[in-house]
Amino acid sequence: MKTLIKGGRVIDPANNIDKIADVLIEDGKIAKVAANIKSAADEVVEADGKIVCPGLIDMHVHLREPGQEAKEDFASGTKAAAAGGYTTVATMPNTNPVVDTAALVRSLQKRAEEAAVVHVEIIGAVTKGQKGEEMAEMGDMTAAGAVAFSDDGHFTKSAKVLLNCYDYLRAFDKVIINHEEEPSLVDEGVMNESHRSAMLGMKGRPTVAEDIAVYRDIALAEYADARVHVAHISSARSVELVREAKKRGVKVTAEVTPQHLTMTDDMVELSDSSTKINPPLRQSKDVEAVLAGLKDGTIDCIVTDHSPHAQEEKDREYIYAPSGFPGLETAVGVLLTDLVDTGKLDIVTMISKMTAEPAKIFVLNAGSLGVGMPADVTVIDPELSWTVDEKKFYTKGSHSPFVGRTLKGKAIKTFVDGQLVMDNGEILEV
Amino acid sequence: MDNAKVNLRGKDVLALADFTKEEIQVILESAKEMKNIIHRDIKKVPALRGKSIVTLFYEPSTRTRSSFELAGKYLGADVVNITAGTSSIVKGESLRDTLYTVEAMGVDAIIMRHKAEGAAEYAAKVASPVIINAGDGAHAHPSQGLLNLFTVLEHKGHLEGLKYAILGDITHSRVARSDIQGMRKMGVEVHLAGPKTLMPRFLFEEEGIVVHDNVEDAIKDADVINVLRIQLERQKAGLFPSPREYARIYGLNDKRMALAKDDVLVLHPGPMNKGLEISPMVAYGDHSAIQEQVQNGVAVRMAILTHALTGGNKA
Repeated sequence: MKTLIKGGRVIDPANNIDKIADVLIEDGKIAKVAANIKSAADEVVEADGKIVCPGLIDMHVHLREPGQEAKEDFASGTKAAAAGGYTTVATMPNTNPVVDTAALVRSLQKRAEEAAVVHVEIIGAVTKGQKGEEMAEMGDMTAAGAVAFSDDGHFTKSAKVLLNCYDYLRAFDKVIINHEEEPSLVDEGVMNESHRSAMLGMKGRPTVAEDIAVYRDIALAEYADARVHVAHISSARSVELVREAKKRGVKVTAEVTPQHLTMTDDMVELSDSSTKINPPLRQSKDVEAVLAGLKDGTIDCIVTDHSPHAQEEKDREYIYAPSGFPGLETAVGVLLTDLVDTGKLDIVTMISKMTAEPAKIFVLNAGSLGVGMPADVTVIDPELSWTVDEKKFYTKGSHSPFVGRTLKGKAIKTFVDGQLVMDNGEILEV
Repeated sequence: MDNAKVNLRGKDVLALADFTKEEIQVILESAKEMKNIIHRDIKKVPALRGKSIVTLFYEPSTRTRSSFELAGKYLGADVVNITAGTSSIVKGESLRDTLYTVEAMGVDAIIMRHKAEGAAEYAAKVASPVIINAGDGAHAHPSQGLLNLFTVLEHKGHLEGLKYAILGDITHSRVARSDIQGMRKMGVEVHLAGPKTLMPRFLFEEEGIVVHDNVEDAIKDADVINVLRIQLERQKAGLFPSPREYARIYGLNDKRMALAKDDVLVLHPGPMNKGLEISPMVAYGDHSAIQEQVQNGVAVRMAILTHALTGGNKA
C-alpha cells in the first residue's frame, strides 16, 4: 500500500525541513520526502496550499479510563485526537483507580489496541494512588511501557518523597511531570488571584503558588541531577525560573497549553464554568511571558491538557464545577488563529513544539518524517475557516471556552501508521 | 439625566455592577414612595397583584428573606419560600433542575440566596423568570447595596462627594462589594480598612477607592461608616490572632467615632457581634441607622420587585 501526499508545504522540524515537497508512505512507514516523487501510488492526496507535518503529539491528555468513562474513554478521546490532527497522545493516570501498577498500564495498552484510533502512551503515577506518600512501582511500570510518570492534578507535598522519586527514577531514565501549585495557597481557589477575582469575590489561585512549586521542584531536580518536566506552565515568574535553570544546565523541560497562551482571567464569566482550569487563566503579562518562553526555547512543547468532564458535571455553579475542558479538537485552530495568523509565533516553531520536541523529551518513535519512521502524518489547511461547535466534537466533554469562535486553520487529514483515520473532520471507521 | 427612559422590567438583579447611575436613581426614588406604604395602617397595594414570587434560599437568612417576602406581600404578590434544608435540594437536585421546577410553576421572579459566587449569574442564564440575587457567596448582594445607598441618601440628602468608610472583612463580604459598586456609581468616595489578611490583594486599583492601613485613617472625616460582620471562623482559619485583638485594633468604638464627621452615620448589615466589630454604645447610639436599615430594606426591595416585574408603574 502506497500513499503519496503531493505538493504540500512539508514542515518537519526534526529533520530541519520546510519546503514544498511530496511525502511517500509505503506499508505504514515514511518511504521518501522529496520534490516531485514519481511513484505509482495507490492513493494520491493533493496537498497544494496545505501544510504536511509529522502527526501531532500531545503529552498531556486525560482519556479518563479506567473508571471515568462518563467523561471520556479511549474511543471518544482518541477520535477527538485524530480530529484535531494528533496521532499520539499520552494519558494521565489520575483515574479511578489511579494508574499506579504495571498491570493497569498493560490493561490500558490493551484497551488502546481495542478502542483507540491513534497511538496512546500511558503515563503512570509517581506515588501510589497519587497520594504523595509511597512510591508507585515505577520500575515495573517502565518495564510495561509507561512513557513517563506524573501525579498530575496534585502537587507532591513532601519534598522528601519527590526527591526519593527523582533519585529512584534515574535508573530508568524516565521523566516526572509535575503539576505545580502549592496546595495550601490554592485551597478552594477557582481562578487566578487578581483584580478580577477580587471584584468577583472568588477565591484565588495566586501565581506565587505555582512559582514556589516550580522553584522547589527545579531545586530538587538540580540537587538530584534528575529530569523534571513542568506541566502546563502559566505564570511569568515560573517561566523565568525555568529559563534560569536551563541556563544553569538543570535537566528541566516545560509545556504550555493553547489556553494559557491565548486567554486571560478577564474572560472568566460567573455564568459559564468553561474557563475554570488548573492552573487558572492568568493575566496578559503572564500570557506574554509564556509566549516569549515558548519562542526562546524555555518552554519545550505545547500540550492541550485535554480534560473532558460530563456535561452535567460542568453545567453548574462556577465554583462547584470541576476544572478543565476538552482541548484536542480546538488546539490547532486556536494556535493558528491567535498566534500564527497574528504574527506572534511562526508556524515552524509551533509544529516543532507539537512534534519533534515532545518526541525528544519523552523518547518517542514519532514526531518526524524521517525515512523509515511510522507514517504518522497530519495535513493542515491553514486557510480553512470554521466555527467551533460542541455538537460536532468527538470528545464526550463539553464546555470549551472556544465554542462559538470562528477559527482559521484546521487539521483536515490524519494518518496513523500510514492509515487515513480522519478525513475532512470525519473519523473513518477502519 | 433622563430617568423617565429607564425601564427595568424583566431585568435580572444580579450585581450593582450591571446597573447604571440612572437605574439606581430610579430605584431609590421609588423606594421613597414605598417607605410611605410601610408606614400606612393598611400596608397593601395592588402593584404586583397576580404576580408570583419564590424565595429560594440555600443559606440561612432572617432579615433578607423575610424582608423580600414582606416586600412582595405588601405589593400584593403571592410569595412562596423554599429553603434548601426542606426541599428536594437535600436529595441532590441540581440548581438547574430546581430552577426549572420553580419556573414550571409559573413564577415571575426567583429571589435567590446561595453560597456559591456566581450562582445567581448561572441561574439567570438557565431560567427565564427574573432572578434577584439575595446574596451569592462573597460576590454580590445588590439589594443590600441599594438599601445602604437609600439610607445614606435619606440622611444626607445627597450622595456625590460623600466619604464612606467600610471596616472589617472585605475579602469575604458581598456587602462590601455591592457597596463599593453602588457607591462608586453614585460618586461616593470609598475608604476601606481592616486586617490585611481580610483585604483582597488586588481589589482596589481603581479611582475613588482608597485602602488604608489602619481604621483611624479610613474613618477620619467620614460621612458614613459601614461596619462589616466579622465571622469568628476567620480567626480559626488564621486570619487574625484573636477576637480581643480584633476589637482593640479594628473595632468601631466611641473613641474612634470622634474622628469622623460630627453627623456621621453608622451602618451594619447585621447580624452584629457587639463587642467585636462594633461596641454596643455605637450600635445603639445616636449615629446608628442600623434599625432603620432594616425598614429601608423592605422599601428598597419593594422598589426592586416593582421595577423588575412591572417596569415601575406607580404603586
